[in-house]
Amino acid sequence: MLPDNDTRFDASGQAWLNQLASRHHNDASLLLQMLREMQERFGHIPQEAVSRLAGKLAIPRARIESVASFYSFLHLKPQGEYRILFSDNITDRMLGNQALLEQMCQLLWLQPGKVSEDGLVSIGTTSCTGMCDQGPALLVNGRAITRLTHQRVQEIAQLVRNRTPMADWPADFFHVDDNIRRRGLLLDNKLAPGDVLRAALALGSDAIIEEIKTSGLRGRGGAGFPTGQKWEGCRKAPGNERYVVCNADEGEPGTFKDRVLLAQQADLVFEGMTLCALSVGARKGFLYLRGEYRYLLEPLQAVLQRRQDSKLLGTDILGHKGFDFNIDIHLGAGAYICGEESALIESLEGKRGVPRNRPPFPVTHGYLQQPTAVDNVETFCQAALALHMGADKYRTIGTERSSGSKLISVSGDCAYPGIYEYPFGVPIREILQDCGAVNTRAVQVSGPSGVCVPESEFGRKLGFEDLPTAGAFMVFDDSRDLFEVARNFVHFFAHESCGFCTPCRVGTSMLKQTMDKIADGHGTQYDLNEIENLDRVLQTSSHCGLGRTACNPVLHTLKHFRPAYENKLKSLMFSPAFDLDGSLARARQMTGRDDAGAHLKEDV
Amino acid sequence: MSDTFQLDGAAVPFEPGQTVMQAALAAGHYIPHLCYHPEFKPHGSCKLCTVKVNGRTTASCTMPAEANLNVESNIEELNALRRTLVQMLFAEGNHFCPSCEKSGNCMLQALGYDLEVHATGFRHLYPDRPLDASHPDVLLDFNRCILCELCVRASSEVDGKNVFALSGRGITKHLIVNAESGKLSDTDFALYDKAMQVCPVGVILPKRVGFSQPIGERRYDKRPISAQALDDAPRQVDTSGNCEACEDPT
Repeated sequence: MLPDNDTRFDASGQAWLNQLASRHHNDASLLLQMLREMQERFGHIPQEAVSRLAGKLAIPRARIESVASFYSFLHLKPQGEYRILFSDNITDRMLGNQALLEQMCQLLWLQPGKVSEDGLVSIGTTSCTGMCDQGPALLVNGRAITRLTHQRVQEIAQLVRNRTPMADWPADFFHVDDNIRRRGLLLDNKLAPGDVLRAALALGSDAIIEEIKTSGLRGRGGAGFPTGQKWEGCRKAPGNERYVVCNADEGEPGTFKDRVLLAQQADLVFEGMTLCALSVGARKGFLYLRGEYRYLLEPLQAVLQRRQDSKLLGTDILGHKGFDFNIDIHLGAGAYICGEESALIESLEGKRGVPRNRPPFPVTHGYLQQPTAVDNVETFCQAALALHMGADKYRTIGTERSSGSKLISVSGDCAYPGIYEYPFGVPIREILQDCGAVNTRAVQVSGPSGVCVPESEFGRKLGFEDLPTAGAFMVFDDSRDLFEVARNFVHFFAHESCGFCTPCRVGTSMLKQTMDKIADGHGTQYDLNEIENLDRVLQTSSHCGLGRTACNPVLHTLKHFRPAYENKLKSLMFSPAFDLDGSLARARQMTGRDDAGAHLKEDV
Repeated sequence: MSDTFQLDGAAVPFEPGQTVMQAALAAGHYIPHLCYHPEFKPHGSCKLCTVKVNGRTTASCTMPAEANLNVESNIEELNALRRTLVQMLFAEGNHFCPSCEKSGNCMLQALGYDLEVHATGFRHLYPDRPLDASHPDVLLDFNRCILCELCVRASSEVDGKNVFALSGRGITKHLIVNAESGKLSDTDFALYDKAMQVCPVGVILPKRVGFSQPIGERRYDKRPISAQALDDAPRQVDTSGNCEACEDPT
C-alpha cells in the first residue's frame, strides 16, 4: 500500500490542480465536481491536494474532507490503481456475484475491502449499479462492466495483473444493453427534437402549466407529486433566479429505467427540462447524473451540444427573444441519499448530501435558496409527451388518478429482464406473465423502500391508487429465501444512511446487526421484538424517507413470510450476539489448530 | 394578543418565526433536547425533541409554531422513543460515566436519568476513536461525541475559525479537526472559544481542571435536566458573549 504522504501528487499534479480550480472559477459550489475529477486523475484525493484546493477556494480544508468522505466513490487514502467494486444488490447476489468476488480475490491475492500490497488493485462491493437486467455487474475505476461470468472475471484479473490500460480492455466488457421489452407512448414516440418546444411556445407559459395540470401528470420518482402544481409553485415563488433540476440519481436498487431513457431518449429528457424552464421562467438547469452512469456523460454532453447548435438550448431558443436556457451535467459520486431532492440540491451546491429540514421546500427554497423545480428523468419525458399530445388525450391513458404510462425495470427470477412500458393500472400478474416469470413467490415493487408483494396479492395494480412505484420490479421465485432478501436491503440502508439523525444513523446499524445475528443462527424471539421496536423508532423519528422506509423490507417480509425468520431462530427467549467460540477464530488461525480441543462447546 | 398553540393541553403563546421548541421553553414548558441550543439555528438531528403535531411526529426544534397546533410531548409513547434514542447514543459511542470527568455536567447522562433509562438496550458498538491531547489547554475525547455539531456551528458561526467538521457517512460519521495533521494543536483553537463551551457531553475538555468541582455538586446533580433547562430558558447571550447555560470552562 502506498504511504499516506503519497507520492503521486507531484509538480505536474499541482499544475493540473491549479488549472482545475480556475476552470471551475474557484467556485466552492462546484467542489464535488472538482473532487470527482481529482479522484479520476489521481485514483484518490491526496492530502496535499486537499490543502492546496482549500487555499484556492478559500474554504477550510476540513470542509473538503467532510464532503469527500461523504461519497463512496471518493477516497482520501490511496486505493489500488484498479479499483474494483462488485455491485451487491440482491439481484447480483442471485446471479452469483459472491462466488465471482471470491474468485477475483483469489486470482489477485487479496481480501475484499483491502488494497493489494503493491498498490495495484483493491476489491470491494458497492450498492446496486443499475445493471440488474444484465448482472452480475461491477465497476472498475468507475466504469461499468456487465454480464460477469467466471470466464470474464479471469480475463479481468489477467488485464489487471498485466497493468493493461483500461482504454485497451475489450469494448465488449463495457457494453450495456437497453433490453427494451415492451414499448408504449414514451418509448414509441416519434417526436423530433424541437417539436414539443414549438408547440409550447405557441401556447405560452400559463397555458403550459394549465395543460400539465389538466393532464394529471404526477412525478415518476415514486412520491407522485402533481407535476403541474410543482411547476406553478416554482413559477409563483418569489426569487431572483429559478432553476430546473433533473434527478437522474437513479439509486433505488432494482431500478434502471432512467439509464435507458438517458441512453435512448436524451433529447426528450432535455426537451422536457426546457419546457419546464419555459413555464417556470428558469434560465439554468442541471442534470444530476449518478456516478455509476459516468459512461453516459460524454454522449449526453454531445446531445447538449447538438441542441445548442440547433438553437434548442442557449440564448433566444428557436428564435424566441428572451427564451434563454442552459443545462449543466453534475455527476454524483456514490450516495443513494442524493436521490432525495433536498439532499440532491445540497450535493449540487458542492456539499454533503444531507437532506434539509423541510419546510421550506425546494419549490420555493431550492438551489442556492432560489425556487427550483426538481423532477425525475421520466417525468420530464412524460411532461413533454403530455403537452404534445394534449392533456385530454393524455388523461385517457392509465387510470383515474394515475394518468399516462410507466416504465418498469424488471429483474430477478424471470426469462426476460429489462424495461417494460405499461399504462398505469397494470396488474402485477400481467407483468410476471410478460417477463416469463414462473413459480414466483414475491415481487419487490419500487425497490427496498417499496413494498414486498406476496403471490396472494398479484392481482394488485401499479398506480398511485394502490401500488405507487418508481419503477423497480424485482422478482423472487420459490427457491429464494425472503429473509435473505430483506437482510440484503437492510445492509443497503445501513450503508447509505447519511448519518445526520440519530434514529437512522444508529437504528439502521442496529437493524443490520440484528438481522446478521438471526442469519448466524443466534436469533431468538427477543430479536424479532427488537426489530419491531427499531421499526417503530425509525418510522416515527427519522429525518427523511430513507430512515422512515428502512424497515419496510423487514416489516413486509415478517408480515408475509414470518416462517422464513422463525425457522432460523433458537427457541430461547434470549441469546447473546457475542459468539464465544467465534472469538477464538483468530487464536486458532495463529496456532494453526482446528481440532475439537480448540473449540468451545456451545451450551444450548 | 399573540397566537397560541396547545402543548399537552396547555396554551403556549408564540412570536412569529419561533419554532415549537423555542416557544415552549420560553413559556416554561420543557421538551427534552440535545442538539438544540438557543443561540444557534435549530439543527434537528438528535430527534430527542420529537413531538406529535396534529398526530404526526416531527422534531419540535425545527417545526415552525403555528396557531392552534395540537402538540403532544410528555406522553409515554414519545418518552419511550426518547429512551431508545438515548440508548442508541450510548451504544454508538464509548460512554463510561463513572470515569468521565463530565459526569454530572453531561446532558446525555442527565437525560438518561431524567427519562429513566434503566438498561443499555443495544449491543454496544465500541468504536475505535483515538484521543487528541495535542493541544496545550484542551483535550479532545472523541469517544463521547454524539455528533450534535454544536462545536462545528459555534466555531464557524461565532468564533469564525472553522476548527471542527464532520467526516464520513452513516455510522462511520465522526468529528474531525481542520488541520492536515488532524491535530487540534495545529489549529488556532483557544480556551475562550465559543466552541469550547457548547459541547453537551465530554468531548471538548479543558485540561487540569477535571475534578475541581466535586461530583455530587455539579449542574445536574442538584436538579434534573428538565428543571435546569427551564431555569436557563429563554437563554440569552449576555454582553460578555458568555452563555449562562453553558458551563464556565475555567
